[in-house]
Order: sequence, then structure tokens, then C-alpha cells
Amino acid sequence: MKEDRCVLLDHGSGGIASQELISSLFLQYLDSPVLGSLEDSAVIPNQEGKLTFSTDSYVVDPLFFPGGNIGTLAVHGTLNDLAMRGARPLCLSLGLILEEGFSLDELEQIIQSIAACCKEADVPVVTGDTKVVPRSKCDKIFINTSGIGIVDEAVDISSTMAQAGDAILLSGTMGDHGITIMTRRAGISLEGDLASDSAPLHSLVAKLLAELPPGALHTLRDPTRGGVATSLNEIAESANLTAEIREPDIPVRPAVRAACEIMGLDPLYLANEGKCVVLVAPEYAEQALTIMQSTTVGKESAIIGHLTEQQAGRVVLQTAIGGSRVISPLHGEPLPRIC
Amino acid sequence: MKYLDEFRDQSLAQPLLEELQRAVSKPFRVMEVCGTHTMSIFRSGLRSLLPDGLELVSGPGCPVCVTSASHIDAIIEMAQMDNTRIALFGDLFRVPGSKNLSLANASSMGANIEVVYSAMDSLDLARKYPKELIIFLGVGFETTTPTIAATILAAHNQKIDNFAVFSTHKVMPPPLMALLDDPELQIDGLLCPGHVSAIIGAHAYQPLVDNYNLACVVGGFEPADILQALILLARQIGNNEPKVENAYSRVVSWEGNPRACQMVEEIFAPADMEWRGLGMIPESGLRIRDKYAHFDVEKRLDIRIVPAQEPKGCRCGEILKGKQLPTACPLYGKRCTPSNPIGPCMVSSEGTCAAYFKYGE
Repeated sequence: MKEDRCVLLDHGSGGIASQELISSLFLQYLDSPVLGSLEDSAVIPNQEGKLTFSTDSYVVDPLFFPGGNIGTLAVHGTLNDLAMRGARPLCLSLGLILEEGFSLDELEQIIQSIAACCKEADVPVVTGDTKVVPRSKCDKIFINTSGIGIVDEAVDISSTMAQAGDAILLSGTMGDHGITIMTRRAGISLEGDLASDSAPLHSLVAKLLAELPPGALHTLRDPTRGGVATSLNEIAESANLTAEIREPDIPVRPAVRAACEIMGLDPLYLANEGKCVVLVAPEYAEQALTIMQSTTVGKESAIIGHLTEQQAGRVVLQTAIGGSRVISPLHGEPLPRIC
Repeated sequence: MKYLDEFRDQSLAQPLLEELQRAVSKPFRVMEVCGTHTMSIFRSGLRSLLPDGLELVSGPGCPVCVTSASHIDAIIEMAQMDNTRIALFGDLFRVPGSKNLSLANASSMGANIEVVYSAMDSLDLARKYPKELIIFLGVGFETTTPTIAATILAAHNQKIDNFAVFSTHKVMPPPLMALLDDPELQIDGLLCPGHVSAIIGAHAYQPLVDNYNLACVVGGFEPADILQALILLARQIGNNEPKVENAYSRVVSWEGNPRACQMVEEIFAPADMEWRGLGMIPESGLRIRDKYAHFDVEKRLDIRIVPAQEPKGCRCGEILKGKQLPTACPLYGKRCTPSNPIGPCMVSSEGTCAAYFKYGE
């Protein structure tokens, strides 16, 4: 690799090289007047409603995978965290930690992806920072994004709002992201359409809020690490209720199921990056399903279960053969098994 | 998905359950030998549907669980040596040895540890890290042993020098006989392991019928497979006509897989082996033959297996023998959880304690 196409320690120095990186790369793609002003902080006009604020850091190996890259995750992840409280995302910050020697071409691809995701979501990056650490002090690139969103005064969405009887919906197939990363990491190539589901969910949430009656939407969760199993356990625990879900109703892509069978993994525990668990009052379940299915990201939405008062704080799965079992939260990283 | 969905279908499972109900004419205990059976029974929710009078106990068939603490200690010692790199199947990563130290801890302290998906992947590692000795942890039963034999043969043929295997391989019928010799263990039948039997053949269980009057049925791993095997067991036990039957004929034959057996025979020789919870069992393991001694890491690095104490209070031994349920262990769910396992039955995804904990019993 030619030296001039690599990240140098100088790029994080704050000097000329840093400025070049900012103007030739970040500002070229991240079309944001506030960012372009290069002030020490962004000034955001006063907004009506409640503010939400969220932050997340992104480290992923491999950096590029079918369906996205670390940049798409960094945008979608934080947008989705905001959306899960019913917020309309307003702006993002972008912090990069780069390893000396990291390919500038790959960095450019990542920044392009971040820009495209921001444009699609109509949410600008308004402030940013870049640091470079010596070789081997980090793994190529770490990204942090924080986001600010606005929630209408009347909207109150949280896991504590979940109520007995609530219908549980999932906005599409589960496990796509997790299995894509795990098979890539393992160097396992499988036929079929394995790809990350990295996608923004705030439009789907906005549509639900706009079209359902006030108060019908109770809880939203994006089942990232730990998967649907862990999200439902968190909801069940904070609402002190039991989530009952039905195995045949939970959408899983055949290629994902096949890969899970091979690797001894359970798709309930695999990460998703463009899906949400939605809890609504039971009388609005069908309406919510129709709304979700009318969106691009929610086409494969399904009603997968409901909350009950029995055995508080648990998740129970009705299995395909008609049995039942408890779904516990994830303990440690899912590891592929021997045989 | 073909070969899966049809065996998990409620419309197939329901009549089988009704048939099983009719077949159970008196109370009986069946040991499911294989960890994959244990997991499948829990995961499919089958446990919640079984008729009264049929008791299932889990046997010693989770390869990670039966790996002794002294072997884990030796593995950690090798991981901490200079210029070594351990290649292993994922389940072993968190198993603690006698000093409450696992490979996960060793990894955090700088040991080179790689989770692989096939033993052959370790040969790629050997090429990638020519200055290191790649040590593959050979753990498992007949299901995995042929692939490890094939890897050693490949390394031999390709003259890959920096590769060796730590063989704690185990073989199936001997530990069952050791268990059955224990008068405290009252079982009427065995749900015999499907994939082990694909290699050794259903005939391997005939001595258990002849010597122990035990009903033996080889079963597959999907709910309908397991139900069919349980129906055959219930009938044999009800009629007091013990024999070997094969309810997994789409995979298992009476003779097994002679080619795989020959390959294992070429590389490995029978050896006495220490089992966690069961102790030393004669000829229940496999060592690498002298012809391939170069690939035997115990010889190559002069590794001594030092007898180790099992963790205090841990009942994995009794649980592996099917004598106690995980819930009877004082550590279960308190000090010993999947996040912080004390005993091996909690750490492996196929361990009995992990199954009980994960599926909420």
C-alpha cells in the first residue's frame, strides 16, 4: 500500500494534515453547513418537544460485509436508539478513532456510506472529531456517534409502559446481521442471501405514531446485540410481565436458519441492526401490522406474541411442535459448538 | 428447510405424542446419552409435552462437559507457553480448569487462541503463523474424531511441521458400561446418540442389550426423530424385549461408516482416559499412534497431565452420571451460571446444567 493512501499519525495532529483530511474527505461527503462552519461546537436551534439523547460506539470485524459496513451501523444504530423512544432524529455527532496505517480508500468508502445514510435519513452530522492512534493501538477504525432527537410532549414510549395483553410485533426477519457477521468472520461461505439488515427505523416509528391513536403504541426496542430474546427479556423484566411468543410466527430467512443450524446458533439471540420489537394495545395490533408492512423496512413485519401476567419477568416460546420453553437472556457471546 | 421442517412439524409431532402416550405402559427411565439430544429436547419444548411415567435423564455425551479439569489445566499451560497458538471449537473457550482459570482468561492475558469451525482450519493457521506451534484441541466423540484424523493425515501428507493435536478424544460404548456397572443408576433404556452411531454403527450397542438387558434405540435429533425413538423404547421396555433398534435410518446404518473408522484406526489407538465426573475409564479414549507421534503435542512438548481437584461443591460428576438433577447442586444458578460457570455442565451449550438454566427448569 502506498504511504500516501494510508492514515498517518499526522492526520490526527490537528495540523495541516488534519485539515486536509477534513476538507478533502469529511466535508466533501458530509454535506452539512453546521459541520462545515468548523466551529468548536454545533449550535442547534431551540426545538418544540422533549429532547432525546443517545450515544453508541461501533467496533466490528469485518468492517465491510454484505448489507453495509461499520459506517452504516454507526448511523443506523444511533438513529434507531433515538427512534425507540418515539423520537424524530435531529442531528448526529461523529467521532472517529483511526489506526495509523488504515487505508484511506476504505476510510473514504466508510465516510461515503455514512453520508449516504445521513442523506437518506435526512439527519445531518453537525459535529465531529478524529483521532489517530499508533499502529496496533486500535483495530483499523472505531466510530462513536451520538444523536439528538425530538419527542412530542404527549408521547411516552418505554418498556415500563408495556401492559398485560399488549401485542408483540417484530418488524421483519431476525438474525440477518448477526449471522452475516459470524459467517464472514468464520470464513464460511453459504449459498443464499445472507446480508446485514442495517437500516433506519425512525420513518416506520413516525408512521406508527402518526397513524395509531395516541397512547396505542407502548414500547419499542431494537434487538441489536443479544437479539430478540434479550430485548424481550428486558421488556418482560421492567414491565414485570411475561412475554409469550410463537415460534412459527417469528420471521427468519431460510438462509439464516440454515446457517444457524450449521453453526449451532439460535436466531433469537443474534443481533439485528434494522429491526424493532413493537408493543401495542391488543386492539391496535392488526392496524399496527398494516402500517409497519406498508414501509420499506417493515414489509415482513409479523405479530409474534403478546404479554401476559403469568410468571412475571419471563419470556416463553411456544415451539413449532406445540411445546413450550423459557427463553433466557443471552449469557456471553454466542459460540459455535463442537458437533 | 428440507430435512428439518418436516421433523419439527406439529401435525407430525401430535400423532407421535399420542402414540407415545399409548406406548407408555409402566413408568420408566431413559438416559439420553448425547448432549445434542438434551439440547434438542429442551429447545423444541418436547420436555413440556412428554407423558407422565417417562423420565429422561441426561448422560455423559457432551464432549466439553466430560473433559477433565486436569486436561483443561494442561491446555491452559500450553496456551501460556511461548510460540504456541491454540485452535479450538468454540464451546471450550469458557470451560474452567481446577484453578478457576479458563482459556477465555488465558486469552485476556495474552495467550493466542483461535476459535475454528473445522479442524482443517488449524492447518491454515499453521501456514499463517509458521513460527508458532498450532495446537488443535481434539475433544469429542466419534462424530468429530474422523475429521481430526483426516487433519492429521493431511498435515502428514503436506509435511506441515508446526501443527499438533492434544488428544482427549473419547469413544462411546465404554463409559456407558462403566455407568451401568454402578448399581445406583437405575435406567431402563438408552436413547443412543445419532451422529456417533453414524460412524460406529447401531451394532455397537448390542453388548449393552446382551450384558445389561437394556433397551437401546438410536435416535435422530429433531423432535419427530426423538419421539419415534421414545415410542420404540417404551414398547421394548413395556414388553420386556430389549434390543437395538434404529430410528434414525436416514443417517445411521447397522455397520456404521467403515471408511471413517479406518481413518481413525490409522491415526489413533485406544487408551485409558480420564472423564470429568466419571474418573479413569479403561480404553475409553484415543491417543495418537507412535507412527504419528510428531503430531502428538503431549509428546512433542512433554506435557504432563497433573491430577486436579474438581471445583469445590460442583456436582457435575453426579449430574453427568444421571444421578442428580442440576437443580440439586448447591452452586446451580447461584455461583454457577452460564456467565460464570464453575462446572463444565454449565459452560457447554450442550451441558445439562446450561440446558436447565437456559430453558428455565
